Amino acid sequence: MASLKEMRNRIGSVKATQKITKALQMVAAAKLRRSQDAAQNARPYAERMAAVIANLASGVSGEGAPKLLVGTGSDKRHLIVVATSDRGLAGGFNSSIVRAARERINRLRNEGKDVQILTVGRKARDQLRRMGNAAGAFEAGANPSLAVAEEVSLKVRELFETGQVDVVTLFFSRFKSVISQTPVGVQLIPAEVRAGSTPVDLKGASYEYEPDEETILETLLPRNITTQILSAMLENQAGFYASQMTAMDNATRNAGDMIASLTLQYNRSRQAQITKELIEIISGAEAL
Amino acid sequence: MAEKLHFSLVSPERELFAGLVDQVDAPGAEGDFGVLAGHGPFMTTLKEGPVTVHNDGKTTVYNVRGGFADVTPAGLTVLAEHAVEAV
Repeated sequence: MASLKEMRNRIGSVKATQKITKALQMVAAAKLRRSQDAAQNARPYAERMAAVIANLASGVSGEGAPKLLVGTGSDKRHLIVVATSDRGLAGGFNSSIVRAARERINRLRNEGKDVQILTVGRKARDQLRRMGNAAGAFEAGANPSLAVAEEVSLKVRELFETGQVDVVTLFFSRFKSVISQTPVGVQLIPAEVRAGSTPVDLKGASYEYEPDEETILETLLPRNITTQILSAMLENQAGFYASQMTAMDNATRNAGDMIASLTLQYNRSRQAQITKELIEIISGAEAL
Repeated sequence: MAEKLHFSLVSPERELFAGLVDQVDAPGAEGDFGVLAGHGPFMTTLKEGPVTVHNDGKTTVYNVRGGFADVTPAGLTVLAEHAVEAV
């Protein structure tokens, strides 16, 4: 049985932990709102971009089509880009992204494909270090920025253009709501033309391009990769804070429960000791 | 001017403008152009410069760098790498 002093210390330490988790929860809640707005504000751009590409892609095909759109014709060498956050303390948020990515990597390797891994975010780097074959690692940074997305996108394109990879897939967590984020894998190269997005009805008129379709596609596709990486990072950020908020809320509640049960235990043993001392005094007095 | 053009200006960070306007002038890679309602389908890259929005006799100017303009029967969409409202 722990002494009363030990129990008092224990209660004090749990209380201190609770203060920290409570503070983290409130910080996450405040940041969640901002990053949620950022993720939502970025959506129109990504959506329009996808629509424009779908529109253009329906027009070009065959020899002249850019490689970023149609691929190299092989699917032997894969690049898996895994985006997570830099920090932890967010429940299973990062692990679930990494798990989804790892499943894909193992499956591809079992099929005899060559897989390289590019990580964005410290957690992805740490958890995937043992998978080997790292093509590079980036840090997500405190706030997702176009600059970081651009860097990652450049690296991806460099690997593709130098013929080191054929297929690029990006893993991140899609922010559905505060209580639901799901890890997803999105194919970046060859560009996935969103199924079901029908070309805009032109009402009989034909599209005019300036300069021409191929040139536009060639500038648009790299930009689309950057956009997708940026939106993945923004969704991750929002998901991360949502996840951290929930995790810290649970931790605060657990700490509360623990304090309650420890306090009960502490009071019981204190009472028991008083009773014991009383009995000793009484029996001592009787013996006189 | 009865008919209005649906115009939206989006950058990776946010949607700067979406709504009905009278006319939009934009700096195309091969020359500036203006878009009114009912413009034929048209797509171009943009060079750095101002995008001017005319609506109800008022004009708003946005400075745009790098991007695309896409004109469909549904309206004009400008996808800009960087866009800020000029003051």
